[in-house]
Amino acid sequence: MTSSNGQPLLALDDVHVYYGNIAAVKGLTMTVMPGEIVTLIGSNGAGKSTTLRTISGLLRPRQGHVTFEGKRIDRTAADEIVRRGIAQSPEGRRIFPRMTVSENLDLGAFLRKDRDRIAADRERVLELFPRLRERITQKAGTMSGGEQQMLAVARALMAKPKLLLLDEPSMGLAPVLVDLIFETISTIREGGTTVLLVEQNALAALRVADRAYVLESGLLNLEGSARELARDPEVVRAYLGG
Amino acid sequence: MTSSAPAVRSPQLAVRARAVAGRAAAILVLAVGAVWLAVNLFHAPTQFFQSAVYGLRNGVLYALIALGYTLVYGIIELINFAHGDLFMLGTLFSAFTLTGLGLTVSSPKGWLGFVLVLVLAMIFCASINVTIEFLAYRRLRRAPKLAPLITAVGMSFILQFVGLRWNGSTPRLWPSVLPAGHFQIGGVNIDYNILVVITVTAGLLALMTWIVTSTRTGKAMRATAQDQDAARLMGINVNRIISFTFAMGGALAGAAGILYQQTVGTTRYNAGFQLGLIAFTAAVLGGIGNLAGAVLGGVLIGVIQGLNDGLPYAFGQEWSQSVVFAILIMLMVFKPTGLLGQNIGEKV
Ligand SMILES: Nc1ncnc2c1ncn2[C@@H]1O[C@H](COP(=O)(O)OP(=O)(O)O)[C@@H](O)[C@H]1O
Ligand SMILES: [Mg+2]
Repeated sequence: MTSSNGQPLLALDDVHVYYGNIAAVKGLTMTVMPGEIVTLIGSNGAGKSTTLRTISGLLRPRQGHVTFEGKRIDRTAADEIVRRGIAQSPEGRRIFPRMTVSENLDLGAFLRKDRDRIAADRERVLELFPRLRERITQKAGTMSGGEQQMLAVARALMAKPKLLLLDEPSMGLAPVLVDLIFETISTIREGGTTVLLVEQNALAALRVADRAYVLESGLLNLEGSARELARDPEVVRAYLGG
Repeated sequence: MTSSAPAVRSPQLAVRARAVAGRAAAILVLAVGAVWLAVNLFHAPTQFFQSAVYGLRNGVLYALIALGYTLVYGIIELINFAHGDLFMLGTLFSAFTLTGLGLTVSSPKGWLGFVLVLVLAMIFCASINVTIEFLAYRRLRRAPKLAPLITAVGMSFILQFVGLRWNGSTPRLWPSVLPAGHFQIGGVNIDYNILVVITVTAGLLALMTWIVTSTRTGKAMRATAQDQDAARLMGINVNRIISFTFAMGGALAGAAGILYQQTVGTTRYNAGFQLGLIAFTAAVLGGIGNLAGAVLGGVLIGVIQGLNDGLPYAFGQEWSQSVVFAILIMLMVFKPTGLLGQNIGEKV
């Protein structure tokens, strides 16, 4: 999917984000086209999570624009951004620990009013992650890390987003679960959802993605098709342990 | 556990010994309390239940105020020191409004007025609490914890000053529109107005429980209390939910205000200091942030105070406050998270 024509679903234009006086993202420009899986890779502290938090409206860029479906969202409230169709499964899962799996899923669909569709989507995510169905009445905080990660992704899907932001969904998971998560990402895209995937596991991310951006200390280092980048000597040396 | 060196007490053993000693001390304290209650019950049963009834009346008022502390703490981890003074403004509002409407005697018209002013006092205190949050606390949400805390202390002084200008510096005595008189059960007098206090409180608690556990807004409150940023990612308008939480706490303080003013009959500009402190203690006793804990803590403190003030073998009224805080201190030693600490039950 290298549709260079047509309007991007999401576009960042020279985005700068600060924590106090410290710049975490220093002029990031990137696009995500409808139907794509785009991955943002880079080492720890590169500014990947900061970028996703900015897209979701949890942080405000000091400079630059974020546009979604052609409209600026960099001054839009976080809840309104969800309403426009961007959901995020954040770094560290951030599920609601004292609520049940079922309640967590309900909260994913917090803004939706289409009750029958919600029920259908709930069925769909429980098919995607059968483990969650077994744990449906369990308090989310008592589940294993892998189960919590599945819940975080499932909860984001319950918003029925146009664009799904995934922040390190494979972090700390057993290899079998990592495979499952990446398979699921493909399945999600086939269901018509565009995905922006942040990963430290660059190899797996480049395998599932169409295009990739490589972030280094808040600056864009490389970009291109995932296939090309997976063969790029610099990427191989720095991120693929080659 | 090294069995080869029995003479040396291992660190684990020392810890276990301390745990056993702690448990024994706790049991001893409870046993002394039980004996004290039993002796009084045996010697003066009527007096015992009479004191308990008055204690219960104060206890449910403490509970209503304690909920305001615990709701706010549960959602933004702030001890809202101004909350007791908000309650005080509730007492003044109800006294001046009822009297202003010419409602000074117990009659069907007076009872209707009571219901009306109950609702108005709840709206009044809810609005003030929402305004305080918006003006004073919201900007400090990401500031170090001490900043909003000091601001809350400042707010407390501001509200007390308003109360001073409104009420005057000396206590005022007001008529009540609630039915006077009482009926008897086994020699124990039960005032009609105590029934009103308990009925209104029970209704409000049921309403609040329903809102928190079963409504969409309640779900959003619980989500916000657990993880604000995650709540934002669900599309929850966190500012709105925090405002709503302050409104709810304020409304309960307003209800406590009119119930106190109508049963105790007096207003003082500094009433919020003492009652607020006791209610805060109740919230801590129950486990701050825990709604059921606040109610339990309030009722317990009220009843214990009532018994201490009214029983033949007790410390008596002048020790009332000391007894409450002695109990708090002992509980904190044995169970620092309060009776229904964080893990059990629902935080907000
Ligand atoms: N809450 C914060 N306050 C201050 N600095 C932060 C905060 N979060 C992240 N940073 C800094 O911003 C930079 C980018 O962080 P982050 O976006 O989390 O990187 P990544 O997700 O790529 O590992 C890092 O240098 C990090 O230390
Ligand atoms: Mg990160």
